Amino acid sequence: MTELIVKGTWVEVYNLVLPAGERAPQVPEDTQKVPLEMRTKGFLVKPASLGDETEIVTTVGRRLRGKLIEVNPAYTHQFGPPTPELSAIGEEVRAILRARGQLK
Amino acid sequence: MIESVSYETLMSQRAEIMKQSVGIDYAQYETGVLAFDYERLLADTGYDVNTACEIQSNTAVGHTPLIELKNITELVRAVAKPGKGARIFVKDEAANPSGSFKDRRASLSVHQAKQKNYTGVVAATSGNYGAAVASQAAKAGLRCIVVQEAFDSQGIAQPEIAEKTRACEAYGAEVIRLSVGPELFYVFLRVLKETGYFNASLYTPYSVLGIETLGYELAVQMQEQQAVFPDVVIATHAGGGNVTGTARGLRKAGAVDTQVIAASVDLSGLHMASDHDFNRKSFTTGHTGFSIPFTSWPDRVDVPRNAARALRYMDRFVTVTQGEVFYITQVLAELEGLQRGPAGNTSLAAAFVIAQELDKEKIIVVQETEYTGAGKHPFSQLNLAKQMGVEVRRGDPKDNKPGQHIVIPEHPSQITVTDVELDHVRRSYLHHAIESLNQGEHLSDVDIDFLAAETHSSKTYVQEVINALC
Repeated sequence: MTELIVKGTWVEVYNLVLPAGERAPQVPEDTQKVPLEMRTKGFLVKPASLGDETEIVTTVGRRLRGKLIEVNPAYTHQFGPPTPELSAIGEEVRAILRARGQLK
Repeated sequence: MIESVSYETLMSQRAEIMKQSVGIDYAQYETGVLAFDYERLLADTGYDVNTACEIQSNTAVGHTPLIELKNITELVRAVAKPGKGARIFVKDEAANPSGSFKDRRASLSVHQAKQKNYTGVVAATSGNYGAAVASQAAKAGLRCIVVQEAFDSQGIAQPEIAEKTRACEAYGAEVIRLSVGPELFYVFLRVLKETGYFNASLYTPYSVLGIETLGYELAVQMQEQQAVFPDVVIATHAGGGNVTGTARGLRKAGAVDTQVIAASVDLSGLHMASDHDFNRKSFTTGHTGFSIPFTSWPDRVDVPRNAARALRYMDRFVTVTQGEVFYITQVLAELEGLQRGPAGNTSLAAAFVIAQELDKEKIIVVQETEYTGAGKHPFSQLNLAKQMGVEVRRGDPKDNKPGQHIVIPEHPSQITVTDVELDHVRRSYLHHAIESLNQGEHLSDVDIDFLAAETHSSKTYVQEVINALC
C-alpha cells in the first residue's frame, strides 16, 4: 500500500510535453527518439501518493497538474572526488615562478 | 502530451505574446527590408549608462573590484619572448549579489517590469542569468519563473544547471526544468501567455544596456588605477550580450581605442539540441555552440530583434579548449587565491596567450568572473565527463576533441588560442541575411548601410559579398 503524502508537502511533478516522434522538425535524430519532459516543484494541493496524477501550487502561486514523482526533492549536485589530472598544476606553476625568483 | 494550446497554435501567437510581454513594438524600428534603427531601439528605453548605474546601485549591483593578476602575469612572462607579457587584470564580477555579471543584465529588465506594473518576470535560461533575474525579482517584490533545459533523457542533470536550479529556488523562484530540446520555447511562450508576466529575455535592450555599465566601469577604474584605458578587453562570448554591452560601455567611457576580443570554448562537433551530446559538454555557456551561430545571425532569439549584436563590436574572436580553461581555473585559484568560474576563465585562458603577443607595458582586462561552488566547479564537470565516457588526461591540448577527450595542458606554454576568421563569420552573416529575404524583397541603400554596420565592414565589402552570393 502506498503512503499518502500530506497536503502542503513540497513535491515534484512530471509532465510529458511532447512524445517521442512528435518533436520539432529541427531537432536532431537522437532527440527525436525521446520525449520532451518537464519537472516542476510546488506544494501538494491535496493528499496523494507517489505516481498519482495530482496538483501542485508553485512558489509563484501557479496551479499545475502532473504525476507526483518526488517528495521534498534533494539537491544532489556535488563536487565529487578531486580530479587527479588537476592536482599537480599548482605545484608545477609555483616551481616555474620559483625558478624565476618570483616565489620562495 | 499535457492538455493545453497546441504547439502550432501557440507558435502562431508568438508575435502578440512577445509584444505583450516585452512592451516593445519592434515593428516601429524597421527602416528597410532587413534594416532597423538599432540605436533608437536602445535609446527609446530611456536607460542611458548613468541611469543604469543608478538603478544598479540601488540593488548593490556593480562597482566590483578590478584586480591585477600579478602572479599570472609573471607566469605569462616565464613563457613569453623577452619584452613580451602584458599585465592581466580581472573584473571580479562574482562580487555581484547573485555571483555574476548577469545581475547587471537582469537589473534593468526587472526594474522595467516593476515600472510597467507587471506582477512577475519569466526568463528562459539554464545559466547564471536565471539566478540573477530571481535575485533581482526577490528584491523588487516580483514573482519569478525560470525555464531551464536541465537534464537528458536518462534524467541526468548537468551539474552546473542543477546548481542554478538550487540558486533560483533559493531566491523563491519557480523553476520549470525540461529535458533537451529547442521546444523549450513552446513551454516558455505558454508560461508567458498564462501568467502575463514580463519576458526578462537575455536579448532585449534592457538586458544589453544593463551590461554597458560593466565596460564603462572598468574603463573608469583603469583610468583611476593606472591613468590609462586598457589596451585589450577580453569577454567570454556566447549569445553576444557580454561582448556588445561591454564594448558599448567602453566607448561611452571614451575607451574608443581599446581592442575588444571575444573568447569562446571550442565545442565544435557537439550538437546543441542533441540529447546524447547534452552531458558530454563540460561547459554550459561561453562556448562555440552559441557564439558561432549567434555571431553570424543574432536574430535567432525569443524577441523579434536581438539587442546583442556582437559582430558589430568585436575586433577579434578566439577559441580555447575545455582542458585549457580547466587548467587556468586551477592556476587562478593557486596563484591568485581566487576560486572563480568557469565562465570568465575562458577569457582568462585567452588572455594568457594574448598577453604573450603584447609588450610588457600593455594592459589586458578579463572583464568577468563568476562564483564557483558545487556543480559549478572543474571537479563536478570532470567527474560527469568521466561518467559519460569522455577521457580526461594531461597532455597537449591540441589533442582535445569535444565530447571525446579533455586534455589538460602539462605546461602553461601549451595553451594557445585559435582565431575564428572574422571574414568567414561576416560572409556567413550576409549569407543568412540574403536567405532571410522573402520572395520579391530587394535590398535598398538603407539595408546595405545596415549590413555594413552589422558586419563591422564597409558598403563595398557588403556589395561584393552579396553580388557573389546572388
